This record gives sequence, C-alpha cells and structure tokens, in this order.
Amino acid sequence: MSNRIYFDNAATTPLDPAVLEAMMPYFTDKFGNPSAIYSYGRESRLAIENARKIVAKILNAHPAEIFFTSGGTESSNTAINAAIHDLGCRHIITSPIEHHATSHTVEHLYRHSEATLSFVKLLPNGHVDMEDLERLLAGSTEKCLVTLMHANNEIGNMLDLHAVGNLCKMYGAIFHSDTVQTVGHFPFDLRNTPVHFITGAGHKFHGPKGVGLLYINENVKIKPYIHGGAQERNMRAGTENLYGIVGFAKALELATERYEADSRYIQELKVYMMEQVKKAVRGVSFNGDPLGRSLYTVLSVSFPKTEKSEMILFNLDMNNICASGGSACTSGADQGSHVIRAINNNPNQVTVRFSFSKHNTKEEIDFVVEKLKDMI
Amino acid sequence: MLKLPIYLDHNATTPCDPRVMEVMLPFFTEQFGNAASRSHSFGWQAEEAVDYAREQVARLIGAEPKEIIFTSGATEGDNLAIKGVFEMYAGKGNHIITCVTEHKAVLDTCKHIEKLGGEVTYLPVNKEGLIDVQQLEAAITPRTILIAIMYANNETGTIQPVKAIGALAKKHNVLFFTDATQAVGKIPVDVIKDDIDLLTCSAHKMYGPKGVGALYVRRKNPRVRLTAQLDGGGHERGMRSGTLNVPGIAGFGKAADICRQDLQADTERMSRLRDKLENALLQLDATFVNGSRTSRLPHVANISFNFVNGDGLMMGLNKEVALSSGAACTSASMEPSYVLKALGVEDDLAHSSLRFSIGRYTTSEEIDFVIEKVTNTVNELRAMKTI
Repeated sequence: MSNRIYFDNAATTPLDPAVLEAMMPYFTDKFGNPSAIYSYGRESRLAIENARKIVAKILNAHPAEIFFTSGGTESSNTAINAAIHDLGCRHIITSPIEHHATSHTVEHLYRHSEATLSFVKLLPNGHVDMEDLERLLAGSTEKCLVTLMHANNEIGNMLDLHAVGNLCKMYGAIFHSDTVQTVGHFPFDLRNTPVHFITGAGHKFHGPKGVGLLYINENVKIKPYIHGGAQERNMRAGTENLYGIVGFAKALELATERYEADSRYIQELKVYMMEQVKKAVRGVSFNGDPLGRSLYTVLSVSFPKTEKSEMILFNLDMNNICASGGSACTSGADQGSHVIRAINNNPNQVTVRFSFSKHNTKEEIDFVVEKLKDMI
Repeated sequence: MLKLPIYLDHNATTPCDPRVMEVMLPFFTEQFGNAASRSHSFGWQAEEAVDYAREQVARLIGAEPKEIIFTSGATEGDNLAIKGVFEMYAGKGNHIITCVTEHKAVLDTCKHIEKLGGEVTYLPVNKEGLIDVQQLEAAITPRTILIAIMYANNETGTIQPVKAIGALAKKHNVLFFTDATQAVGKIPVDVIKDDIDLLTCSAHKMYGPKGVGALYVRRKNPRVRLTAQLDGGGHERGMRSGTLNVPGIAGFGKAADICRQDLQADTERMSRLRDKLENALLQLDATFVNGSRTSRLPHVANISFNFVNGDGLMMGLNKEVALSSGAACTSASMEPSYVLKALGVEDDLAHSSLRFSIGRYTTSEEIDFVIEKVTNTVNELRAMKTI
C-alpha cells in the first residue's frame, strides 16, 4: 500500500508529524479540562488561548474574533444560521456550486420559510457573475446574507473576496465565505478584508480532523449555535478539543511558514499535470479557470466519455491512484456532482478531480498520466 | 514518590489511555483518509475504522451499530437530541420534561427551546438528588414529546431511576433521552433494558480523546427520527454532517472496548477507594455527603465541609490535589452549585463542597495522601475561624 499515489488532498491531508508532536503531550500528560481551575486545567486553557493568538496573528484578526469548532461544516452552519436568526437577514444570496455544508443549510432555512433564496449566475468559467450579484443585492428589499465560497473544492475557482465584500458593504449585506479550501493555503489579512464570517478545517492543511475555525468579525454579535457551557467565550459550548486546537494552530503556523515554497511547488505540479494530460489524452478539457483565479491544489479534468472511461475512478484505484469524482462529502451519492452540472452540463464527459499537496511529485504525475492513457 | 498534583477530577475529563493512543496514532499520519472518500483505499480504510468503532461503542451500551451517530462531544449530542426531537416532532407537541440538576448542555438547550415557543417542565429533585417518578408521570401531557433526564449526575454521581423512567416513557408513548456522559463506561448501561430512545456519551470521560462523542438514536420500537442540526454532506445517516474525526472515533471505540472489558474490576476497585476516602473524611465533624449514597456512581463522592471557607479550602488543596467544587464547565464562576442548591444544600455549605472523582489510575497511596491533606486543611481552616 505504500506505493499508493494520493491525489485527493482536497478531501483530506495527512497530519504533519510535527503537528502530531505538538499535540502529543495533551493526550496523556497535560490532559486537564480547560474549564478547571487547578494546574491541569490552567495548562490546557493556556494552550488553547495561545493557539487562538497564533491563529489570529496569522490571519491578521483579533483573538476575540477566532472561535474553534468541530470543523468547517459546524462553522458554516453556525454562521449562516446566525445571520438569519441573530442578524436580521431575510434573503440569502448564494451560488449553485457551494459546498453542501452551505447549500443544505441554506435550503433548510429556505424550506422553513426563514429566508428567501437567490442563486447568483455563474460565468462559463465558473466564476461568479459580479454584475448579477450586484443586481440581486440592489433589488433586494430585505437584508441579505451573501454566502459564497472562497475557493471551490471541486473545480478550484477562487472568488474575489474583496470585490464581493465591498459590494456587500455597499448594500449592507452580511458576507459569509466558506474558506475551508483556502485557510492554510493562502495568506489572509482579515483586518483589511470586508468579510463577516470565514471558516476553516484543520485537516485540509495537514492539521487534525475534528477541529475547525469560525472567524466572526468583531462588528457582528451573534448567539451560540451549540448551547450548554461557557466555552469559547459563551459562543460554542462543549469541552474543547484540546489537542485538535493545538494541532490546528501548529499546522497553520507551518503552512504559513512554507507558503511561498509550497504553493509555488504545488502550482508547478498542477500546470505540469495539465500539460501532460493534454498531450496524452485527446479531447480532454479542464473545468473552471485552472490557470486564472484558481486554487493551486485542485485540477478538475473532464475526459471524453467512453465505455472504458466511465470506469475511470475504478481503474485509477486498481492502479493505486487516489483521486475523486467530486467532493468527498458527496462521493457516496450517485447523482454526480452538482458543481460540474452547474458549470459544464456535457453528458459526454467524465470528470475527475486531482488535488495535490507538497508530498506529491512530478514522477507521480508521469505515472498517473501514463496510466490514464489506457483508461480512456 | 507521589506525583503531584493528584488528579481526582475524572468527571471533568480523563487522560487518554495509552492503549487508546496506540489505536489512534496510525490514523493521523498514515491511514489519514477521509471516511467519506468512496473512490480509493485511503477512504475505505478510514470508513472501516469508523465502522469498527461504531460496533465497539454500540456494544458498550447494548445498541446496534447503525444506532450510533458520532458527534464532536456530549454537548453537541445533547443539543442534537433535544433540538432534533423538538423540530421533528413539532406535529405531535412541544412539551419537554427535564429536571433541575441536568448538565448545562441540556438546561441551556431547553432554555433555547423555550425561546422557540417550546414548553419545558423542570422537575425538582429530593435531598438525594433523585426525581420523583410519580411526579414525572403527572407532568406528562398529550403534548409531551420528550423526557430528558440524565443517567448519572456529574456533580454528585447520583443515578436516576432510569429503568422506571424508560418504562414510563414507553407507557405514555413519549421519547426518553438520557445524557449518560458520566455513566457510560463506569456502570453497565443497556439501552434495551432501560427503554432508552436517545442517549449521549463522550469519549474523554472514559479515557478516550476529547472532541468526539456519540448519540444513540433508537431505530426500532420506536424508530426515532431527528432533524439534523448540522447540514452538509449527509454524513452519519444524514443526522450529523461534517468530515468524521477518524482518529478520534477510532480512539473512542478502543476506549469503549476497554471500559466494557474492565468495567466490573474497575468499578470494584474504584468504589473501594471512594469508600475509603469518604469514610475517612466523614470522621471530620459537620461533614456531609451530597446526593444519594445508594444510587450513585462508584467513583464519585461529593462532600460538604461545614464551617469551612470554600475558597480557602480550594486554595489550600489546589496545588496538591486537582479537584473541583462542581462541574468543570462552571468552575470558573463564583456561583454556588445549582445542583447542590437543588438538593437543598445551603449556599455556604455548597461553597464548601468538594467533588472527588476517582479514576482508573488512582492508587491507594494517593487516596491516603488526599485524606490526610483534606483533613489537615479542613482542621486548619476551622481552627483559624475560631481564633
């Protein structure tokens, strides 16, 4: 199994051994409940507050704006529900290519008549049509929540946070962005970014699973979504995932230190794969805007549909190559990807997402491309 | 040589068992897959680990694996159970019955339900911390959808008459949810025998990792349905979305397995130590046990020391014995424990109460030390007071 090639880093990434090392003492030795007042508890509290400061500093936010959750899904659920229940938003503007943590939450609110719902138009390359967004905002008679993801997990398209944020500001809308694919992969300067909520998940950038981030801009005041304890300054009840939080901060720290080198390296891999696949497979195309405003970790490839290529994921796996048809969260469903359907409704294509990390190599790409030739 | 401080606050949290650590470790860096990845072996390995853990946790409480929903902890589980039932059964009614000594995760959620238009009855408890089952029955109305009574109290260890409550709930066709965070892994819990419909537990209270818990949702007689509180990828049978914390869940499974296998031996050992501690401390004048002494968790003793300043008591012990005066979640607040108040303990006495919770690694020597330390501290504080 050691020869497996893992090209599914948008689904999850391996924990960095240095992150695990930072987490280890808190399992067995410094294990106290952070709410307790004796030394064991104070030690844990300190570790959590230190992690919060690290994260805040890296994202250029105030520590009081940083909340730890169980993951990106909880963070998005919290933000979206709060915008409706606590911030007076009655109209949600979103896109058809959001992660299900956003889209299903939004649909739930819509079904219960708590908000009206509009979908912004997408350009052929999958980017948000900014003119349409402005039209929707300008035409709204009620306070809006705009929820648009920073980088799409399936096709990698990136949103211009500033442009959308400024529009939201102009029309008095609340802006939530699912940044699960970008926190730990891009620099953030939240103090100078017009956004109210962003989210993060440790396991997307070589940190632990089960821990996430919710940034709540200091200018918005919301109520907790999970009740029953004073943790996270009364915002998120439940005994803190101590090692997870420590690991989250450590992973973000490492990712930030290595951002320049890693992002350049991974971008090269992505471009290299595009070139090689294009050479090797006739009729191949790429979804989204892969060489433009795009996540350097994700490459969405559409292959011409043949009897053989329909089995492509199966055949990739047979060759110990790990990739996915869409996002992991929906890979169990057979309905295909809602993202691909929204931007490229060509029934004669089969789409595969390859997503990279610093651990991947050009040799792996060569191997995969060689194998792909036989799978189409 | 004793290692100080001695940790006697296992109801707040427990250290991870090294055997649990061992099981978790490969899932961090090697078998790191997303359990929802269906197209490759990393995903399948992760899913397999989750399924195995699901069986282990289910077995500990007599449930079927499919009835276990993994959460981020008991607080999330409590929220999901109560809000999920409230939304799903809105057509049947809006009345919930709980009790005043529940954990904040239940009480605060019930308060939230009231804001949403729900009706909540908060049953009182007697001096022993027990609810009156007849009073419970009398509170049931045709609009009642849920009875939420904890299995064992986190501050006093008092075990509620769960079996009787379950039978009553069944008789009246009302769902029974129990927060069993402190009971699971410590005493035998069986969702079938006790007619429990929903149950929460947490890994870090039973020598597993923090950040992972489980909600049991009955699938037969009756089939319980819930409105999800976290929407998204449809994980956990649609009841709880979010990428699964695979290492944490694998660790939880192992922790559950160890508890199941060692339950009887651990219980006997811990109750011996607890009794030794309690009997020794009761030798002091004006010292009382809070809560039931017969229907109680084997490792918990909540003791009030009259004529002692509570802060002084804590400060005197703090450096050498790690324990709390109540729930960890509220230990930073200066309010006297609402649980003890509900038992009829006066504020002053509630302030000078200590919760001792013994653990898997507590030794007889440690108990000897604690007996001496507490005895001396209480005597010193009382002597100071009389001067």
